[in-house]
Amino acid sequence: MGLKQNLHTLKMKYKGTKMAPAFNAFHTFLYLPNETTHNGTHIKAADDLKRTMNMVIMSLVPCLLFGIFNAGYQYNLQTEEVTSALSFFSTEFWNFSNFTIGAWKVLPLVVVSYGVGLIVEFIFAVIKGHEVEEGYLVTGMLVPLIVPVDIPLWMLSIAVIFGVVIGKEVFGGTGMNILNPALTIRAFLFFAYPTWMSGDKVWVTGAVDTVGQPDAISGETILGSLAQNNGFGDWSMMDQFLGFIPGSVGETSKLLIIVGALILILSKIGSWRIILSTLAGALCMGLIFNGVVNAGWVTESSKFFGLMSVDFWQHLFIGSILFGAVYMATDPVTASQTNKGKWIYGFLIGFISIMIRVFNPAYPEGVFLAILLMNVFAPTIDHYVLEGNIKKRAKRLKLKTA
Amino acid sequence: MSKDIKIKKGLAIRLKGEADKSLSNAPRSRTFAIRPSDFHLFTPKLVKKEGDKMLAGETLFYSKQNQAITFSSPVSGTLTKIERGPKRVITSITIEADQKDTFMDYGVKTPESLSSQEIKDHLLACGCWPFVKQRPYDVIANPNNKPKAIFISGLATGALDADLDFVLQGKEKEVQTAITALSKLTDGAIHLTVAKDSVSMLSELKHVVLHKTNVLHPAGNVGTQINKIDPINKGETVWTVAAQDLVIIGELFLTGKYNAERIVALAGSCIKAPKYYKTRIGSEVATMIYDSGLTQENVRVISGGVLSGDTISPKLHLGFYHNAITVIPQGDDYEFFGWNKPVFDKISPSRALTFSWMQPKKEFDLTTNTNGEHRAFVVTGNYEEVFPLDIYPLQILKACLVKDLDAMEALGMYEVAPEDFALTEFVCVSKQPHQQIIREGLDLMYKEIG
Repeated sequence: MGLKQNLHTLKMKYKGTKMAPAFNAFHTFLYLPNETTHNGTHIKAADDLKRTMNMVIMSLVPCLLFGIFNAGYQYNLQTEEVTSALSFFSTEFWNFSNFTIGAWKVLPLVVVSYGVGLIVEFIFAVIKGHEVEEGYLVTGMLVPLIVPVDIPLWMLSIAVIFGVVIGKEVFGGTGMNILNPALTIRAFLFFAYPTWMSGDKVWVTGAVDTVGQPDAISGETILGSLAQNNGFGDWSMMDQFLGFIPGSVGETSKLLIIVGALILILSKIGSWRIILSTLAGALCMGLIFNGVVNAGWVTESSKFFGLMSVDFWQHLFIGSILFGAVYMATDPVTASQTNKGKWIYGFLIGFISIMIRVFNPAYPEGVFLAILLMNVFAPTIDHYVLEGNIKKRAKRLKLKTA
Repeated sequence: MSKDIKIKKGLAIRLKGEADKSLSNAPRSRTFAIRPSDFHLFTPKLVKKEGDKMLAGETLFYSKQNQAITFSSPVSGTLTKIERGPKRVITSITIEADQKDTFMDYGVKTPESLSSQEIKDHLLACGCWPFVKQRPYDVIANPNNKPKAIFISGLATGALDADLDFVLQGKEKEVQTAITALSKLTDGAIHLTVAKDSVSMLSELKHVVLHKTNVLHPAGNVGTQINKIDPINKGETVWTVAAQDLVIIGELFLTGKYNAERIVALAGSCIKAPKYYKTRIGSEVATMIYDSGLTQENVRVISGGVLSGDTISPKLHLGFYHNAITVIPQGDDYEFFGWNKPVFDKISPSRALTFSWMQPKKEFDLTTNTNGEHRAFVVTGNYEEVFPLDIYPLQILKACLVKDLDAMEALGMYEVAPEDFALTEFVCVSKQPHQQIIREGLDLMYKEIG
């Protein structure tokens, strides 16, 4: 009782001052506020934005944990501390050594992402006098999962500041942004530090530092390897599905992403329409490319051959298409807002992702670019969906007057 | 023409404290009050002064906008107090009631033998016109219009709503008379919608087109029925009358008296013995609440239902259009980690660690807590799950917020009333005041387009 009363007294004391939003952010984190309805509906459903966002974060936790172990595992695998994990519960993967190495690398990313991002959010909330909105809770969790594990923290900080300010706050904050902030951060990194974000050095911890040495660590991903027509490397299908492969921190384990997707869909937080149609779009584009290869229009000498000839369904297991479909494309603010529009929006994301993946030789991961592109077009899609409704209404009127 | 309606998108909100189907006479209220704010966009011009005596049914004031529309006193007594708010707007007119009502006699009339104009004039003169509302704008109908149809909802599906079958019991004659009268006011039909399995007398009325629907809320909202049966187009008008008000209109023709008697459901989890009371429009709600008893002190008293009613204090009076008084607990308390712990005792349309979906039959005891703070619109797709109209709810709300008249019109603003957005407001994750947004949007349109 004591804490509740004390906090209430403090809230009343700070009410109306500049610092109120900052205090309330902490207060409402501890306690559901005592706010009551006025007129309108006198009762409200149990869900609020915090609960919704919390659900997304919880669905990301398995990916984060896996990412921590995987970061250590990839390092230890190359230094031959561990041997290849053969099953999902293999102790070669889930061991303390992997965890400590991974945690040293990944947890600072999480701390910096949340720390820097929330400071920016708090500053804007205080300046503009609105409450601290929850949008960044998810963004802050997504960011460490979509960056290479060896990214310098200063680079991440700058990117986060850029992403939150330019990607979100200039539009008016949570709910008003056009581009997905997490992807804005990723895009910023990609275009500002291209040598860091692409290539074959950054995906396994230690790879950069050991360049040129005889026991150099290879940091290459499967996509990179495929883009150079080198095939899948040593990685089996099962490795890719379970996630024992190099890649961005949290997006390697397809199994856990599917678990996360199920959490989102069953809790009715994520849009199953977008997830499903994104995958459909990706498969569709993959099929087209397979068809092109089968027809013999593209031969093995072509630089596109490696990725084009990947079986269409295997596209879902490499790179971050699955992660993007489940966690990025479904961001409700930047996605299409109508149910019909969501089908189109998702399908095009999948379609364009695979297209960029195959045709972009410099950087084969096209998912985030495809999503950002469709973010921009989402309002247009919605416009035409609404236009359908408006036309229907106009037609009804015309029938009447005719 | 009759049409079966099947509502799939909606939400059944089950609450504790449903009114028991037994009828008591409410103790006679000492004062009665009419709040002009019930008549949205209408400004009263008083006929009576403070201290004037009046009969039940005598004209109390008329509308400044249309002088033909009069409003009658629900009881006989003395006008004691006229309360005014900012800009001297009249907020409440209080009448001290006599021991017994003496009625103004308007003369017995048979609607069959009257012309359309005579019926209209009669309703206008006797103060029964305000019961007729119109869409677009959800305000008192403009008597100069000819509506394309009149809609009456014969079922109530909202949480704790008064059961219309029970309320209208034994009023066959009054309801039929009222419908006969109203049927002369339109060239179109009177559409009456009842529950699929209903056996009430409403299904045997003449001069109506009967429709049947399932009972998932908001199937009982007249707006839903209009949208499913014969949606309003630009330039068209439909009128709506609440079923319980047909009794008052019918009685006017049968007896010549404006008898503002109404059976209201006193419901809610804070009421000791929830049941039905026979009372009058504008009576003190305290008479009923204290007759039945409260289970706790810290309560919200609502004139009307939990979804669209008005907050009032127990000292105040029953609203003009309301046939329910709901009393639920105030939720002005903090809840430790209320935003992330599993929730079993609140209703939620999602399954985000909320478990109301596992208990479809449970009656919940909801408080007035908002369960979260006001936020910008973020989540999409959840309004559509509970909104059966062929309208895009999020987009029309946003059009209202930015006052884009063209978009509002194109997206179907003529068809909606605030109450149609009660469910979307209930499920709104961002806790936005949807009904208020729609009301303000309608007001703007009324002002700009007319």
